[in-house]
Amino acid sequence: MATQQSRSAARLMMAPAVVLLLGWMLVPLIMTLYFSFKKYLPLRGDSLENGLQWVGFQNYIRFVSSSSFWPSVQTTLIIVGGVLVITVVLGVLLALLLDQPMWGQGVVRILVIAPFFVMPTVSGLVWKNMFMDPINGILAHTWRFFGAEPLQWLSQHSLESIVLIVSWQWLPFATLILLTAIQSLDSEQLEAAEMDGASSLKRFWFIILPHLSRAITIVILIQTIFLLSVFAEIFVTTAGAFGTKTLTYLIFQRVLESQNVGLGSAGGVYAIILANIVAIFLMRIVGKNLDA
Amino acid sequence: MGQITLQQVQKSFGDTEVIPPLDLTIEDGEFVVFVGPSGCGKSTLLRLIAGLEDVTAGTILIDGKDATNIPPAKRGLAMVFQSYALYPHMSVRKNIAFPMRMAKLDKAEQDRRIEQAAAALNLTDYLDRRPGQLSGGQRQRVAIGRAIVREPEAFLFDEPLSNLDAALRVGMRLEISELHNRLATTMIYVTHDQVEAMTMADKIVVLQSGIIEQVGSPLELYKTPRNRFVAGFIGSPKMNFVEGDEAVKHDAHAIGIRPEHIDVSPKGGTWSGTVGVAEHLGSDTFFHIHETGLAETLTVRAPGDVQFKHGDTIHLTPRADQIHRFDASGLRIS
Ligand SMILES: Nc1ncnc2c1ncn2[C@@H]1O[C@H](COP(=O)(O)OP(=O)(O)OP(=O)(O)O)[C@@H](O)[C@H]1O
Ligand SMILES: [Mg+2]
Repeated sequence: MATQQSRSAARLMMAPAVVLLLGWMLVPLIMTLYFSFKKYLPLRGDSLENGLQWVGFQNYIRFVSSSSFWPSVQTTLIIVGGVLVITVVLGVLLALLLDQPMWGQGVVRILVIAPFFVMPTVSGLVWKNMFMDPINGILAHTWRFFGAEPLQWLSQHSLESIVLIVSWQWLPFATLILLTAIQSLDSEQLEAAEMDGASSLKRFWFIILPHLSRAITIVILIQTIFLLSVFAEIFVTTAGAFGTKTLTYLIFQRVLESQNVGLGSAGGVYAIILANIVAIFLMRIVGKNLDA
Repeated sequence: MGQITLQQVQKSFGDTEVIPPLDLTIEDGEFVVFVGPSGCGKSTLLRLIAGLEDVTAGTILIDGKDATNIPPAKRGLAMVFQSYALYPHMSVRKNIAFPMRMAKLDKAEQDRRIEQAAAALNLTDYLDRRPGQLSGGQRQRVAIGRAIVREPEAFLFDEPLSNLDAALRVGMRLEISELHNRLATTMIYVTHDQVEAMTMADKIVVLQSGIIEQVGSPLELYKTPRNRFVAGFIGSPKMNFVEGDEAVKHDAHAIGIRPEHIDVSPKGGTWSGTVGVAEHLGSDTFFHIHETGLAETLTVRAPGDVQFKHGDTIHLTPRADQIHRFDASGLRIS
């Protein structure tokens, strides 16, 4: 396998893929960096042909000093954190449930996975119009059925609603990964613990949960990557209003609504930095589960 | 105390009856071995005693008290699994401490028992390692340590040595026997290796398809097997069976003679045949003899210095007092 010859052959064969991937990632990154140092307002007549004006760090300063910057970072972190907590906790519980032998197991498992196949835009619209609509939504009807005043989900409890929608989308993913992890647990370990006098709660805490730690780590890392860039669910429900403007959404507004490419690009660079900070924290907290 | 009695215990998985109603008594302090071919229900029987499976019918008594519906943890039995079932994320010390921690024993007592078990099992240097960093034999000892510290009424072992290499197995066999002598606690030991059964047991229970074929001391089983199955299962190499005219001469449907009870000579014996494969063990040689007109092959044991070559003619003389006789249903005729 690892002879001199096979190694150089391997390098040669991987080269096209590596070059393509590098180009794929580097070109947009360099363009973003380039624009972030330029004044680029297409509607005011700026264009690449006429040459763009170099403005130094002005875009960066403007982006941070905007009153929406820190709230958007906070919103982003709340959504990521909230969804992670909900999906991991419910995911573990659902996985435990689905692992039990029960009638109609196959159908139930498919039903549980189903939300993952719904496009974010569609699920956002379904939630907005069919569930959370304050007059005709199912939730409003349910509230009224119990004699309560229906909640104004997307306007009064907007952030919670977004977290709810996104959690619903990602719960199947977490459940699926955790279920396969639970199924890989050696049943003799549980039996040994049972003989050792551990109640089912203690078996969960001392045996199952440590066994799941690696799978939970993977769920958290993968979900974080995708959750930092949640967009469609916000776009179709609140369009960034009512305090649901994430960093991604703010950049979108700067580039497409205000048509300020330079400012948006500076925001993009901040988003990269935020993603890396989150990644470093996560790796610190949970990454040690991955070696061992 | 650790007397275990099974009364008409029966177990079915769905429609398949794995263990037909069965009676068995295991006395306090006994080392009992369940032995039988693969799939005969040894593990199932052990798990029934442990409480990891529910009996379909019948009663299990531990020290004379009905334990049929008592959960496993309360039966006071400790089990050592074939896969060891150590907790991979805990150190050896924590693994051994786990049952005591569940029982909320005080810390000083826990430490005392851990030190004692670790010293007895040569684990003192490994207490802070994870199971993944131990060899198979060491893991096995940790599993035993975890069982010992509970000070159980009885130990249950399910093929604990089957994942170890031959040399280690001999060593661990001695250690477990030693442990039994020291603790004098009841031990139930499942194996399909009849050497383990013969060397360790006070009492062997031979099972086939969930049915107890015979219960007895190793020598009883060797000398007076109750039927052809037990005769063939106990003893290595297997007993030779001869049917037809030769058996009729002995007033039986079939006769059995162990390889070690046949004398060989170059000429002048009761039977004769051609030497096939010879297995030289040094101390002994096993010859496989063909063309005897009695059975397809006969196996005989000769001292290591006896020389016969492949294809030589050999003469065999069975020792008359060592011939076992069986009737048409396979039962021993005494
Ligand atoms: N959970 C189960 N469901 C259905 N059948 C089972 C179950 N567990 C065991 N059996 C069946 O019961 C029979 C006895 O199994 P058991 O595990 O007790 O065999 P064993 O004597 O321990 O064999 P081995 O030496 O291979 O470990 C087998 O035929 C097996 O297929
Ligand atoms: Mg078994």
